Amino acid sequence: MTEKLKLASHVEAINWNRIQDDKDVEVWNRLVNNFWLPEKIPLSNDVQSWATLTEAEKLLTMRVFTGLTLLDTLQGTVGAVSLIPDALTPHEEAVYTNIAFMESVHAKSYSSIFSTLASTKEIDEAFRWSTENENLQKKAQIIEGYYYGEDPLKRKIASTLLESFLFYSGFYLPMYWSSRAKLTNTADLIRLIIRDEAVHGYYIGYKFQKGLELEGVTEERKQELKDYTFELLFELYENEVQYTHDLYDGVGLAEDVKKFLHYNANKALMNLGYEAMFPASVTDVNPAILSALSPNADENHDFFSGSGSSYVIGKAVNTEDEDWDF
Amino acid sequence: MPSSALATPPMHDHAVPAEVLTNSNLIYFSSASGYTHRFMEKLDLDCARIPLKNRDPHLVASEPFVLLLPTYGGEKGERSIPPQVVKFLNDVRNRNLLRGVIGAGNTNFGTTYCLAAIKIAAKCKVPLLYKFELMGTPEDVTRVREGLEVFWTRKSQNLK
Repeated sequence: MTEKLKLASHVEAINWNRIQDDKDVEVWNRLVNNFWLPEKIPLSNDVQSWATLTEAEKLLTMRVFTGLTLLDTLQGTVGAVSLIPDALTPHEEAVYTNIAFMESVHAKSYSSIFSTLASTKEIDEAFRWSTENENLQKKAQIIEGYYYGEDPLKRKIASTLLESFLFYSGFYLPMYWSSRAKLTNTADLIRLIIRDEAVHGYYIGYKFQKGLELEGVTEERKQELKDYTFELLFELYENEVQYTHDLYDGVGLAEDVKKFLHYNANKALMNLGYEAMFPASVTDVNPAILSALSPNADENHDFFSGSGSSYVIGKAVNTEDEDWDF
Repeated sequence: MPSSALATPPMHDHAVPAEVLTNSNLIYFSSASGYTHRFMEKLDLDCARIPLKNRDPHLVASEPFVLLLPTYGGEKGERSIPPQVVKFLNDVRNRNLLRGVIGAGNTNFGTTYCLAAIKIAAKCKVPLLYKFELMGTPEDVTRVREGLEVFWTRKSQNLK
């Protein structure tokens, strides 16, 4: 993988007063409004909580975060940048530069967590583990292969699967700690990363679908890309299961993590415009993990899911920041 | 401001009607990315879509309906309701016929997951019926289809 990345072949002064795709502006604004830095999160409040973890739990946490660091580094340095030459609009190019920078912020934020909680020796050991773990290296290599490949739409597929699927074997753990009232500030930081990755996956998946709509894209080509998506997802999934066992077998959480993988694989497919693949019987994520992700995820607040005899009217939320006439 | 209900709707220059009436019991909003629209295609029920563009004719409901919509917006959940939906509900004729809300979203957005639906349910004092993610799984489609059927049956029994 030593060949140079392709650059955009032609650049003109970007005019934000002439917009071809409103999504570019919407997503740019969203990303800018979501901007954050790890220094804003009081990570040092987690020091006491960190001390309550067992050595095995600490080791697991360090390893999970170095794995996430690798993915964010890959996405910031190669992934998002590799999408620029194939952008359909100049504003899409600008959005990718925003995504690339934010991935570098994410990668750096894990180092903020490390320096707050662990010793230099522990940090170095965790980074060494990340270069030596076969399954972690393999997942980075699979994705990297497509970033350097020739097919722009396959690059978007690989990128969306990274953003919306490959992070989640790692994201599970801080949500698990958070559900047990541990490392809650670290979890707050991770939730910001999860939110950013969700916008990235949505946008890249949307641009993939725009690419399918272009003139000259045949039905054969569409079928090829769909087959390719499911094949790549299977390849990544099998590797992800191995990686999950490497990490979580020691603490007995591997089966719970796998449900979370299935659930997120379905969402990654939907971001690309495809139907969910895993049936509901294997996507029943632990409700404590879902609540750690979103306090609104509680199914019991759904009228259809409840007894039907009573319902909860939306909780006290501020409804007054919209342009209501009533 | 909502225009008054005229027998003959006012016309624009190019003969596009200013208003379109719908008697659908299911009204939805979907942005250009179309995930919610995909869900509605899978649901395969009679429905009407709130127009995306300002110059499109304003949608007016003539029968009680359930509103289905995704969530927009920023970090603290401000402006999470698409402006087209605010405009639609600002029309008292639509508001008076709203009976329930269904939200689409993504749990990865944390506290703003399905926030638009939660806000509308609170503001208009109607139940939040169901939440689902992105374009919905086959199970979501089944539950919404069956849930709506039960919901409307109960409503009609209560009314008579």
